[in-house]
Amino acid sequence: MNLFLQIPPVVLGLLKGLAVICVIFPIAGACSMAERKVSAWLQGRFGPNRVIVPWFEWIPFLGRGLQRLGVFNLLADGGKLLFKEDPLPGHVNKFYFMIAPAIAIIPAFTTVVVVPFGAYIDQAGQVVPLMLANVDVGLLAVFAIASLGIYSMILAGWASNSKYPFLGSVRASAQLVSYELSLTLSVLPVFLWVNAPGTGASLSLVRVVAFQSLPGFWGGTWFIFLMPVSAFVFLIALFAETNRLPFDMIESEADLVGGFHTEYGSFKWSLFFVAEYAHMTVGSGVFVLLFFGGWNPLPWLPIGTFFGWLGLVQSAGQFSYAIAITQGVLSIAIFLAKVLFMIFFFMWVRWTVPRFRYDQVMRIGWRRLLPLALANVVVYAIVIALLQGD
Amino acid sequence: MAEFPFYLFAFLTVVAAAGVVVNRNAVNAAICLLVSFVGMAALFVLLEAYFLAVLQVLVYAGAVAVLFLFIIMLFDVKGGDPRKPYKKIAAGSGLVALALLTTGLLSLAKHGQLVSADPATVPAAGANLKTFGYQLFTTYLLPVEVTGFLLLIAMLGVVVLSKKHLEETEARSQHSGGKV
Repeated sequence: MNLFLQIPPVVLGLLKGLAVICVIFPIAGACSMAERKVSAWLQGRFGPNRVIVPWFEWIPFLGRGLQRLGVFNLLADGGKLLFKEDPLPGHVNKFYFMIAPAIAIIPAFTTVVVVPFGAYIDQAGQVVPLMLANVDVGLLAVFAIASLGIYSMILAGWASNSKYPFLGSVRASAQLVSYELSLTLSVLPVFLWVNAPGTGASLSLVRVVAFQSLPGFWGGTWFIFLMPVSAFVFLIALFAETNRLPFDMIESEADLVGGFHTEYGSFKWSLFFVAEYAHMTVGSGVFVLLFFGGWNPLPWLPIGTFFGWLGLVQSAGQFSYAIAITQGVLSIAIFLAKVLFMIFFFMWVRWTVPRFRYDQVMRIGWRRLLPLALANVVVYAIVIALLQGD
Repeated sequence: MAEFPFYLFAFLTVVAAAGVVVNRNAVNAAICLLVSFVGMAALFVLLEAYFLAVLQVLVYAGAVAVLFLFIIMLFDVKGGDPRKPYKKIAAGSGLVALALLTTGLLSLAKHGQLVSADPATVPAAGANLKTFGYQLFTTYLLPVEVTGFLLLIAMLGVVVLSKKHLEETEARSQHSGGKV
C-alpha cells in the first residue's frame, strides 16, 4: 500500500484514468448487446441466443444459460467488427473521415474525469468522494467537453461527401445546440439550492450528493422529489443530446439510411457506437448524481448510516484499508446499479416510443422544453430566495 | 520547464488562428477556429481561470463554432474567389495591419521588456466562481449590459432580415400563380 502512494502523481493519475476507461469501455460495449436483448424482451422475441464458445457447452446448465442470455454474442460481435474489412470510400475527405470516430471517442471518455462514482468514509466521519479530479466547475466541465462530441457527427457527415450523411450532420448541428440550452437551464435550480448563502460557490457534483445525504426529512429527500420538472427537462434534453430514440434525427435510419455514419463500416463504425453508449453512461451517471442521490442506497438513507448498519466503520485508532476499500466497492456498486437502471430506461423508451419527425423535434425543443425550463428556473429562484434568504 | 505548456498552447493558438485566415477551404478554416478556441481555453487553464476556460469551450468551441460549420455546410460556402486574390480592400487592410505590427514592434524595441504588475497584487477575479459572478454584476456591469444589448440588436436584425426574405418569397409565389 505504501508502494502505491509513492508513485508520482502524474503516473498515478494516468493509472486511475486507465482503470476508469477499463470499466467504461466494456460497459459501453456490453450496452450494444443489452440493447438487442432488451429490444427482444420488449417485442416478445428471444434475441441473440445461438453463439457459444466451444467447450462451454460441456458445462452443465451454466453454459447453456449463458448461451441463452447471448453473452458470447458480445465477443463474436466485437471480433467481427475488429477483423472485418475496413472500407475507405474513394469520394471522401480522407483526413476528416478518419479522424471523426476518434473525435467521437475522446470527449465521451474525457467527461468521466470530473464525475464522482463512489465514496468512502474516513476516520473523521467525512465522506470522501472517489473521482479523478474534484474541480469547482464540475458539471459545467462535463457539459463543455461533451458538447465537443458533436464535431464527430458534423465532420463524419461532411467528410462522407454523400447526401444522406450530410443531411444527418446538418440535423446534428441544429438539434444538439438547441437542446443544450434546456439541458443547462434545467440544472440551474439544483445549483441555486446547493449553493446556499455562506457555503461558497461551487458547481461540483460532490456537493449535490452531499445535499441529498443530509439528516432529516427535507435533507434526505432526493432532488427528483424536490425538483421533478428539472429532472424531466434534463432527461428529455439528455435523450436529445445523446442522440437516442425518439430523438435520433441524426441517425434516423428510416429516412436517412444510416445518417452520419452511412459510409462507415467495421471498427470505425463501432467507435461511434461506443462513444454513444459512453455518452449515455456518463449522462445517466450525472442524472443519478443530480436527482437520484448518487451513491446513497435509498432516499432518506445516507450511505454513512448504511455503512453503520453493516458495521463498516473506521475505528478511531488506525485507518483500515480493508474497510475503506469495501466501502468504496459497495458505493460504486450502488451507483453503477442506478446507472445501469437508467441505461435500461433509455433502451425501454427507445423500443416503446416511435421516432419524432424533425420539425417536431425542433418544435419540442424551442417551443415546449425551453419555455418550461425557463419558467422552472424563475419559479425555483423565487422559492429558494424565500426559503434561504434572511 | 514550467513555461513549456504556455509555449505549446500559445504556438497552437497562433498557428490555428493564422490557419483561419490562410485556408481557402471554409470547413478547414472553421476547424482551425475551433482549435484556436480550445488553445485559448488551455491558456486560461494555465492562468488558473478555470471557469473562464470552461465557458470558452462551452460557448465558443461547443456552440459558436458549431453554428459556423452549420452555416458553411447549409449554404455550401466555397473559399474565396481564386481568380482575384488581391483586392483593393485586402491591400488596404494589409497595410493597416502592417502599420500596427510595426508600431507594436517599435514600441517594444524602445521600451524593452514590458513591466507587468506583481501577480500577488492583481485581484484573482477569474479563479473563484463567486468573485467572478460578483465582479461581473458590480464592477463590470456596464460592459456586460452593453454587450447584451448589442447581441439583442443583432438577434432582432436577423429576425427582420429573415422575415423580409419570407415576404418576398410569398409575393413571388402569388405572382407565379401559387407555384414556387
